[in-house]
Amino acid sequence: MSELTYLEDVVSLAYDRNRCIGCGMCVTVCPHQVFALQRGRADMVARNHCMECGACMRNCPAGAITVEAGEGCVRGVINELLGIEGPCC
Amino acid sequence: MTISPSASGQLRFLPVARPGAGEVTFRLPSPDQPFVRGTLTTPVGKVPQVRAGLNLRDRLGSWLARWNIGRMHFTVEPGLYALGRPDEHSPVLVSANYKMSFDVLRSALPGRDLWILVLDTKGINVWCAAGKGTFGTLELLDRIQASRLEEVVSHRRLIVPQLGAPGLAAHEIRRHSGFRVIYGPVMASDLPRFLDNGCRAEPGMRVKDFPLSERLVLVPVEVMQALRVGLPLILVLLAVSGLARNLAYGRAVEVHGLPMALAVLAGILAGTVMTPLLLPWIPGRFFSGKGVLTGLVCFAGIFGFLRHRWPEQGLMESMALLLVTLTIASWFAMAFTGATTYTSPGGVRREMLRAIPLQAAALIIGLGLWLTALFS
Repeated sequence: MSELTYLEDVVSLAYDRNRCIGCGMCVTVCPHQVFALQRGRADMVARNHCMECGACMRNCPAGAITVEAGEGCVRGVINELLGIEGPCC
Repeated sequence: MTISPSASGQLRFLPVARPGAGEVTFRLPSPDQPFVRGTLTTPVGKVPQVRAGLNLRDRLGSWLARWNIGRMHFTVEPGLYALGRPDEHSPVLVSANYKMSFDVLRSALPGRDLWILVLDTKGINVWCAAGKGTFGTLELLDRIQASRLEEVVSHRRLIVPQLGAPGLAAHEIRRHSGFRVIYGPVMASDLPRFLDNGCRAEPGMRVKDFPLSERLVLVPVEVMQALRVGLPLILVLLAVSGLARNLAYGRAVEVHGLPMALAVLAGILAGTVMTPLLLPWIPGRFFSGKGVLTGLVCFAGIFGFLRHRWPEQGLMESMALLLVTLTIASWFAMAFTGATTYTSPGGVRREMLRAIPLQAAALIIGLGLWLTALFS
């Protein structure tokens, strides 16, 4: 089975390569191999596989990555659109 | 140890406030839990020692949780546990207090001696809790302190599941506690190899895929959640159908109500069973679209078989049933995005904004046609 991919060009993942210190944490924590270490720095190699979990952003000591992380479920999005705090999964 | 004001500035993005913001009180979990077989004496007191094997009671609990029964109360007490006979050099594994997470972890490590530090994630699994921030930096710092972990082990390493990474910042943990976070494999079943490799993950251990077996175990929860809405809806529709023109109540339920109930069930079957199971093979990227396709298949299958039972059913009523099946299938297929391992919140938002108007229109037209067919 090939890798499952959701919608393209929709994720909020942004990466500033100039701030990268090459520690490789983003490569380690990403469950979908969005980043790869190349020539001592991380490169975003599979942006469309990003599921916006936020693991890379939170674990980047250089603050080079930003992503609007959140819960990708219908209930969560409804709560968010209605602006309410509610139970999710 | 407390977090200094300057440091707390860097923790501002964490959604959970540090409770009390003061000293955390020392506490070991109760040994009076069914999976605890004894206690292990340590410098900080008697730590509950757990079995690696799962018994019938553990398995039954997991099975019920998979059916959405008692799922939100399937917990273990947070804190430090011993697996086997660990000592000050043994690894420390971090987990969540959803009992299924805890059970998967301990049962993956038979014959090993290690510590398990269970975070209070309010009974939610590691990945979801990390997304919510309950499996997070502050909770881990508090739990280290509340367990007096630095007196139990002489090393300063924690093995945290990789899927816990959305909730915590490894560098913050190190800065505030001195413990170095080592991200373990995605799957607990890879832990023995990971530990034997000197805590190095083989490439495949870092990737979260979504095979058929994992989609299959999610189906019961999806079905149960759908039925919680679907069954009351069916009852209402059956009650209304009995009032149809020109027929006695019972006969009208049989002629108009039963097919509508089947249409609802066909939609639920398509959205919560067929779509998850056949996910990679259904064309299209939008889950709501996949649901329409599986809905068509289920509708054709069910009514193809039973069409002869309602020979007098007109085109308008048939169209109504089809629209109801497709809408319900589309909705529950879309809801499955919440359970997958690869959909992004941004994508789900985009999909919902496009799909919900169409789904709402289809449902209104479908029910409108049905009522028209029954009452005019």
